[in-house]
Amino acid sequence: MTAVIVISAEDNVATALESLDAGQTVQAGAATVTVAEAIPRGHKVALWAIPAGAIVIKYGSAIGHASSDIAAGAHVHTHNVASDRGRGDLAAAGAR
Amino acid sequence: MTQSFLGFARPGGQVGVRNHVLVVPTVICAAVVAERIAASIAPIGAALPHLAGCGQIGPDLSVTHDTLAAYTRHPNVGAVIVVALGCEQVIAQYLADTARQAGKDAHVVSIHGEGGTVRATARGIEIARELAVALGRVERVWCPASSLVLSVKCGGSDYTSGLASNPVVGRVADLLVDAGGAVVLGEIAEIMGAEHLLAARASTPAAAAHLLRVVNRVEAEAMALGLDIRGTQPSPGNIRGGLTTIEEKSLGATHKAGQRTRLEEVVPYAGRVTRPGLTVMDTPGLDVESVTGMVGGGAQVVLFTTGLGTPTGNPIAPVIKITGNARTAQTMADNTDVDVSGILTDAETFEDAAARLFEEMCEVASGRPVAAERLGHREFAIHRRNPTI
Repeated sequence: MTAVIVISAEDNVATALESLDAGQTVQAGAATVTVAEAIPRGHKVALWAIPAGAIVIKYGSAIGHASSDIAAGAHVHTHNVASDRGRGDLAAAGAR
Repeated sequence: MTQSFLGFARPGGQVGVRNHVLVVPTVICAAVVAERIAASIAPIGAALPHLAGCGQIGPDLSVTHDTLAAYTRHPNVGAVIVVALGCEQVIAQYLADTARQAGKDAHVVSIHGEGGTVRATARGIEIARELAVALGRVERVWCPASSLVLSVKCGGSDYTSGLASNPVVGRVADLLVDAGGAVVLGEIAEIMGAEHLLAARASTPAAAAHLLRVVNRVEAEAMALGLDIRGTQPSPGNIRGGLTTIEEKSLGATHKAGQRTRLEEVVPYAGRVTRPGLTVMDTPGLDVESVTGMVGGGAQVVLFTTGLGTPTGNPIAPVIKITGNARTAQTMADNTDVDVSGILTDAETFEDAAARLFEEMCEVASGRPVAAERLGHREFAIHRRNPTI
């Protein structure tokens, strides 16, 4: 069993199949990634740097965009990824 | 692999996997009497307690009416008792007539007509006992898997749902559709972000356009509230489980619909599934409302994946709980039917897990009770479209 899984070749994140520790090196598909911070089981790790505004890709499709710069090996979750769907909050802010 | 099961042959070629006496209250005011009548012949009796039936206008009233009618003609139902108060909007006689048109014995018990709770309950129990004896004589016969309408559902999702349990259910959906059966997928909000994948597999441009229209409507409804839907989609539990956005949840969730099924049609809430292949139903994401609608559409069996674990069932259809999370399989053992966590440790292939789940589905269709049935989980909730007036 591998520590992380990359579902599609186009993905820029991998999913942790076990808890990962900072400094741990994992093989994620073709990439070798040094984990930058603790990542809980089931959460995502960046395979390489994802600049703010770039699309985050899992299952070969967009799951949102980076809301801040994400370093290689960083935890990828709600603190640095924003959804592009159902954003009534943005529509309301735009209308004000 | 087994491609048949022992079911109940109904007039018109439909097949049931259960043979319930359905006790339907027309309105919330009749729900307690209906539940007591059904309980008198448990487990063959199944009540549909609900909160509506009065104070409703427009689409809300028709959804209630249509959903209750759909259950009275459902192939998992052998006979029907409609329990009315006598002054409500939902029409008892219409529900009884719908059942009779589907070849079922149907009776109406009115609380006003009988003269109160005690007399109505006693009258209903008397009818229920006669119906239960009659249904007990009906034997199961071998039926092809192609007579199944399978509802696919996920709830309490975590990262294992998209990686293991949903893809296994998707392979079962592919196998069933290969055999000539039908699959229904609901929860439009959980297609948001993955609609392009389903639309690309539509059998007609009209079906693809219909899907995109319905997804856009649900997204517009959510956005009209001026809020970010994150918090309900994904839910707090989903987020703890590693799901970050609705797009990520949807991409994992739509795996349940298979890889090669063609989208044939989009139907309204509790609308009848008529075509082999994949149907999408316009249901909300709330688990019980969604399953209630898909069973109303004619699904006899539900394959329900969960990462975190969830107990809910349905009054008339077996809901098979599948998890890809090894911990949940242990901590929620009494709510879990099938553990496919071996996929994440390479202990089992997707194909082997799908073959095992298909066999389990046929055995459940043949009468083996699922966890939700053993534990008495009979959740039922009709989707509401308008405020109560």
